[in-house]
Amino acid sequence: MSNLWPRIESLLPRVEKPARYIGMERGSVRPEHHPGKVAWLLLYPDAYEVGLPNQGLQILYEILNERDDAVAERSYAPWVDLEAEMRAHGVPLFSVDTHRAAGDFDVLAFNLSAELVFTNLLNCVDLAGVPVRSAQRHPEHPLILAGGHCAFNPEPLADYVDAFVMGDGEEVIAEITEVIGAWKRSGRAHREQVLHDLATVPGVYVPSMYDVEYDGPRVVGVTPRYPDVPAVVDKRTVADLAEWPYPKRQLVPLVEVVHDRLNVELFRGCTRGCRFCQAGMITRPVRERPLEQVRTMVRDGLRRTGYDEVALTSLSSADFSGIDGLVGGIVEEQTATGSVSLSLPSLRVDAFTVGVASEIQRVRRTGLTFAPEAGSWRLRQVINKLVTEADLYAAVDAAFSQGWRRVKLYFLTGLPTETDVDTLGIAELATNVVDIGRRYTKGASATVSVGGFVPKPHTPFQWFGQNSVDELRRKVSLLRDALRRSPAKVRWHDPEASFAEGIASRGDRRIGAVIERVWRAGGTFQEWSEHFSLGRWLDAMAAEGLDPDWYVTRHRTEDEVLPWDHIAAGLHRDFLWQDWKAALAEHGLPDCRWTPCYDCGVCTGYALEHVVAANVPPAGGSQGTGQDLATGHSVPVQLLPAGARPRSGGTGARVAG
Amino acid sequence: MRGDTGHPVRLRFSKRGPVRFISHRDVARAFERAFRVAEVPLAFTAGFSPHPKISFGPALAVGYESDAEYLDLECTEEVDETRWTAEVTAALPEGIAVTRVAPLADRAPSLQEEISVLAYEVVLGGIPADAVGPVVADLLGRASVEVTVSRKGEARIDDIRPSVLALHQPRPYEACVVVEVATRPRTLRVVDVVHGLRAVAGDAWPIEESRVRRTYQWIERGGARHEPLDVDRRSDARTLEACA
Ligand code: SF4
Repeated sequence: MSNLWPRIESLLPRVEKPARYIGMERGSVRPEHHPGKVAWLLLYPDAYEVGLPNQGLQILYEILNERDDAVAERSYAPWVDLEAEMRAHGVPLFSVDTHRAAGDFDVLAFNLSAELVFTNLLNCVDLAGVPVRSAQRHPEHPLILAGGHCAFNPEPLADYVDAFVMGDGEEVIAEITEVIGAWKRSGRAHREQVLHDLATVPGVYVPSMYDVEYDGPRVVGVTPRYPDVPAVVDKRTVADLAEWPYPKRQLVPLVEVVHDRLNVELFRGCTRGCRFCQAGMITRPVRERPLEQVRTMVRDGLRRTGYDEVALTSLSSADFSGIDGLVGGIVEEQTATGSVSLSLPSLRVDAFTVGVASEIQRVRRTGLTFAPEAGSWRLRQVINKLVTEADLYAAVDAAFSQGWRRVKLYFLTGLPTETDVDTLGIAELATNVVDIGRRYTKGASATVSVGGFVPKPHTPFQWFGQNSVDELRRKVSLLRDALRRSPAKVRWHDPEASFAEGIASRGDRRIGAVIERVWRAGGTFQEWSEHFSLGRWLDAMAAEGLDPDWYVTRHRTEDEVLPWDHIAAGLHRDFLWQDWKAALAEHGLPDCRWTPCYDCGVCTGYALEHVVAANVPPAGGSQGTGQDLATGHSVPVQLLPAGARPRSGGTGARVAG
Repeated sequence: MRGDTGHPVRLRFSKRGPVRFISHRDVARAFERAFRVAEVPLAFTAGFSPHPKISFGPALAVGYESDAEYLDLECTEEVDETRWTAEVTAALPEGIAVTRVAPLADRAPSLQEEISVLAYEVVLGGIPADAVGPVVADLLGRASVEVTVSRKGEARIDDIRPSVLALHQPRPYEACVVVEVATRPRTLRVVDVVHGLRAVAGDAWPIEESRVRRTYQWIERGGARHEPLDVDRRSDARTLEACA
């Protein structure tokens, strides 16, 4: 069919980093298309070097290409220079694997991991030659699908994406392929028909199958238009990660990308219950990969890719129940065969974790990163990041005493109940950290990174009114002033970008038109500071007659219908509301992996359990449990017997309201 | 200078097709990974962050193809060149192929020090095939050809003529030239040769480079040119042509 390579090739000498567009990564495939197969184009709507490492996309790429009834290729957002050339020369969006026109695929499936890429999604659809609005598409156009964390509030893109997929994609992708395959075989007559069929697949949300009712500015109801379309769409959850040892052939890019190393997923889900963290809330319960499988994936992955670095990924890798033995084993095995470095992204803040880190980083001890997130114990109880000052100082002391020289500290500002005492607490912590470091080395340094907090759907903070741009700015300068004479350095995220993120994060369907206007005004690559401008967003809000503060800085009420209430991540709305109240009362909540269940709804509603790799919790304690875990209590969870997997998306919890 | 405990090897490779768009740095990383996949017994530098002892010849610009790229590496043991020529090629990105390997004498001077001539085949745009000959002859007939070159971000006027060692049109029916450039006092870039042709042609032809392939690199020693694989060979070992 259409191979656009010769036309693309002639444009590449004129653009930056042309190798972004050539494909040919080790592990990539050039699948054979066939009318009987459903052709998926998996897209990451940001630059290649950000999108390529995305594990979710790579997993689906492999799973689909292993099927007899599907092929999958990949695409990324062309950088602005190539986009201009493509538009000038009439070259449409293409896949990097066989350089086939995006419009020739049956499905364009987007991974949405950040709100600010929404305009890039529209741009990619447009570059594919497909109308950006779902209502204007015809049967011959590809279906536009989206998944990933940002799909959990699909409403801002509801008029632009045909169907959203909630939760883990490994299993549902097969069911979707079958529905689309059947539609193709039937001659692709009506788009409405395939969309209706998709809407009955558990985990799939088809916005056009629902009517939204407003009362003034408020959404008051979202109701299905057909009786067989679910009123609430539940997320999909893979019960046992052991059945999905993917990616088996991780892609090895030819150019440098972020996270350029072998990445092996240790577990999915997190039960620490940090109240600001959407990822932690929507990926429950915890599903650990068996220890032996992790070892095999590391061993085979290194051998196949030639990487000399491996990261064991998850939301909190030091919490993996077999972390001690795993790390020791890998280090031993790999140092025997060559010099491989191992890293655990997202370290916990305690001395035990530093011990694990020192075991794996025998060489190259340069920087360690900790995320206390808030400047006072009071505020850390509010956000349920139960790290004490003693924990932090012990961790930092351990780090500097074992040869690290730089410590990075991550904080959020603009958190609920935050006062200037909390903000100044950040400065105090940072100063103390440097003081501890100087006891060991004169060159000790600390960098404080501050991000403006953006409340996210499906978290206890979904009701909280975000801080205004001015307020975030004021707090950042307060902190900068406090650290002016300190050796600790401060970096901060642009408060204006946080504001735009806030518009999209908790937006409803009306925000779609705003995103379209921002895109039409040239606002692509909004994650990149050189391309971002809040002015475009505010102009678009004004043009649509929408009040930015109503969307961003307003506190929501308990009885208010939230635009994503018909999407369920499994967490009871009551639980979230109580947890929000508990936050305001400064009560922390323990980690339910090691203490009795407090019925947030996920396990109970979906008949799931935490799956752990070993029945001994990690030494060093787990936050807020009050248990001395160092001695190894038995764990109140069970290893799921293989074969007895409950299906997700069944009866289960519903969001009230 | 090399240590005398390891087993140095010189390797020639080609870079063809879409992979020509990856940078010199990317090629280096691809080789490091390929060596690990093929389990080549690499020697590492000592110190805080050890890295394999690999060194490359003159960089090739992004977008250019090549029949003749070179790198030196040091192994910890004698390697079976035929076996690993195939295995390393299999582990490299499509379009990069190891074409020949030769054992290198201990303490052989580096490629960067020794390569003195680079040859390219340059397909030209903006000029018909039959107009190329006269422009080439014109350039060769001049004692100096001044063009504006950019060096470290700064524009300056340079005489490129002394660094153009040879220039001809290999096939009369094609707008294409073969050029040999000197690497000293500094490497003359192909774009500057094309600028020179354009300066000579005046307003007649808006000459531009359309496709470039490096065809040879030479080491000059004792008044003669040598293939880099054939100088400084370790005498006791054999060299095998690889079928690429
Ligand atoms: S249902 Fe219970 S055990 Fe499961 S994640 Fe929620 S609180 Fe934890």
